[in-house]
Amino acid sequence: MYRYDEFDRKFVNERVAEFRGQVARRMSGELSEEEFRPLRLMNGLYLQLHAYMLRVAIPYGTFSAEQMRKLAQIARTYDRGYGHFTTRQNIQFNWPKLEDVPNLLAELADVEMHAIQTSGNCIRNVTADPYAGAIVDEVDDSRIWAEIVRQWSTLHPEFTFLGRKFKIAVSASDYDRAVVRFHDIGLFIKKNDAGETGFEVWIGGGLGRTPMIGKISNEFVPAEDLLSYLEAVLRVYNMNGRRDNKYKARIKILVHETGLDELRAQIDAEWAAIKDSALKVPEYEIERIRVYFAPPPFETLNAVDRGFETKKFENPEFSRWVNGNVVAHKQVGYAIVNISLKTDDLPPGDITADQMDNLADLAENYSFDEIRATHEQNLVFAHVKQSELFELWRELGEIGLAMPNIGKVTDMIVCPGLDYCGLANTRSIPVAQRISKRYADLDQQFDLGELKLKISGCINACGHHHVGHIGLLGVDRRGEEFYQITLGGSGAEDAAIGSIIGPAFSSSDIVDAVEELINFYVEIRNQGERFLDTYRRVGAAPFKSRLYPEKLDAAA
Amino acid sequence: MPLLKGRNIVEDAWTLLADNLELPEAGFVIVSLDRFIRDRDLLVACSGPIGVRLSSAQSPELIADALEVFSLIELEFPAFTDGRPYSYAQLLHRLGFAGEIRAVGNVLRDQYLNLKRCGFDALEIKEGETAEEWCIATGAFSAPYQVAYDTEKPIMSLREKRLAAAS
Ligand code: HEM
Ligand code: SF4
Repeated sequence: MYRYDEFDRKFVNERVAEFRGQVARRMSGELSEEEFRPLRLMNGLYLQLHAYMLRVAIPYGTFSAEQMRKLAQIARTYDRGYGHFTTRQNIQFNWPKLEDVPNLLAELADVEMHAIQTSGNCIRNVTADPYAGAIVDEVDDSRIWAEIVRQWSTLHPEFTFLGRKFKIAVSASDYDRAVVRFHDIGLFIKKNDAGETGFEVWIGGGLGRTPMIGKISNEFVPAEDLLSYLEAVLRVYNMNGRRDNKYKARIKILVHETGLDELRAQIDAEWAAIKDSALKVPEYEIERIRVYFAPPPFETLNAVDRGFETKKFENPEFSRWVNGNVVAHKQVGYAIVNISLKTDDLPPGDITADQMDNLADLAENYSFDEIRATHEQNLVFAHVKQSELFELWRELGEIGLAMPNIGKVTDMIVCPGLDYCGLANTRSIPVAQRISKRYADLDQQFDLGELKLKISGCINACGHHHVGHIGLLGVDRRGEEFYQITLGGSGAEDAAIGSIIGPAFSSSDIVDAVEELINFYVEIRNQGERFLDTYRRVGAAPFKSRLYPEKLDAAA
Repeated sequence: MPLLKGRNIVEDAWTLLADNLELPEAGFVIVSLDRFIRDRDLLVACSGPIGVRLSSAQSPELIADALEVFSLIELEFPAFTDGRPYSYAQLLHRLGFAGEIRAVGNVLRDQYLNLKRCGFDALEIKEGETAEEWCIATGAFSAPYQVAYDTEKPIMSLREKRLAAAS
């Protein structure tokens, strides 16, 4: 794991001091709310429906037990005992008081954490593959490069007042576990024929009211040129992106309106002018950072652990959890464990302070003191011995975190919605809870297989509904909460934007409508076919006529 | 308005020339881009120094072929949230502009460090404000993470130095 050296530590402490000054100026009235707003947003502090909300960065999703314990303590002291994991490897705390935030940030700095650029029109927290360093299909550890980008982008003097937020994600695999193609810049680490490292760069992806899949602007940017290339993209965007309408200010709109070829030419011209400069990433810095992400001291183990196999055979519940939540590790005898935060008791992504403390202990005991946050609002223990999976499962069960539903219908991404958010049309969490109840039967969930359901309370799409196999979007119909259904989206390597299937459903009808769609899928699926594959095979029309039979009657 | 340069408030020899006023022979006037386009020959011929003010929607690319005409370029921030001029300043340096780059308009004092790091030489502040207030921001960080226009050594090269010293 990356650890701060004296430079990082000093920098973050200085940022806390600066923000403390800004808060004091706001409290004394020297800064108006309008002036303070962009300053606080740049440090992750939102004003929501009922109170402030602070968003804390977990850069590229990796954090330690000590950091988790600090988050637990913050949840107890400043929130009401909960933390909320988001889709961008951040954790949010509701209810902090403005005057408490500087102290809260100082406590975070003690454990090498911060809220820098978790909001605002700047380069946001850089995200990466949550399985980095553990998964066999990666060509490099994406966190090394995410850390390099994090440092370059932190308080970048030129890019802190962009036209709009700017999100960067990194993956080193053909499997996309970080929705890379829906980021302003998505980076796929590649090796060329000579074995050199470089980046396939995707630009202009995004969700929100105009969802777009990114496009490849460069197929191979050599590793040492990464920062000059990013700087060229950002400069072209900063100078030319629209500023007249905030809904058209993301780089995706610039790509769309300028055209990829023309924009690429502009980027390349800027890049050529700055490539051979101090922006080159020096080898010693890459190596310095790489050392932090060296594999933990794995033991040499057998590929098959007899005890583990026996336990699976004896205990069907354990076996189901292994099938659902455990992924093969690149180190023989180890496994990647997903910990679902889609339990029966709490809103998706939420976790109690006690659970956080317990998980911190478990991470120390079972996973080399490392925890990961995923974009699907879950957690991961990346390095667990097969032989210890049973014990871990038992202990997770004791704290209510052994739900085996990863990738299943109840593993929903859900935005805070009207329960918290001032921009919401509808509530999201209660709908998610009703769907979870409807599909409480785990056998049924496993029978349905991978099914990604995602819910947003308004068109800003924080709940990723555009890329749900089934997406629900909250809309306002004459003051009533309604939900529009989209089908066929995907945020993975088979990226697609879902299509609206028909008129929206009322809150009381929406869960039945979802069930109807799923029932129809079950009736017509081929063996082993996911919901998404069935939808892609038969198209929208049959789903539509099933969902809106009255339309057919009227037409007949 | 007071002009902040580095850590001091300094005398400002320049005036902004309204588009309808005649060009003084001594120069030291700042014209709009429109005026420059209209009276280009006249301005080029002027014996005194000339400046131009660009709004945040006017890229320096528009005057890229005339940079040597100007001793001063003012980049205007219509709102402190409009960050385009930061990139314009970087671009001007890259294009080889050697004169003074000034920030005018709406800037928060928290942004002074960013301005300096992007290569602004001076900044118009409000009547009554002090240099000390503005310079709090420039002292906020001992070292930045990234290179910018400024000569400030980024953290990366400090690390390299430490590495070299250790070996
Ligand atoms: C409750 C406070 C929140 C507010 C006021 C808020 C506001 C917004 C707005 C205005 C956008 C649209 C930005 C644009 O299209 O330019 C957006 C997008 C987004 N938000 Fe939130 N959000 C909130 C919470 C969250 C949470 C809790 C998550 C994670 C679960 C989240 C994740 C995202 C994502 C992933 C996007 C889409 C980014 C894209 O367009 O590519 N937001 N949010
Ligand atoms: S999608 Fe809309 S309702 Fe949901 S959190 Fe984002 S802004 Fe709020």
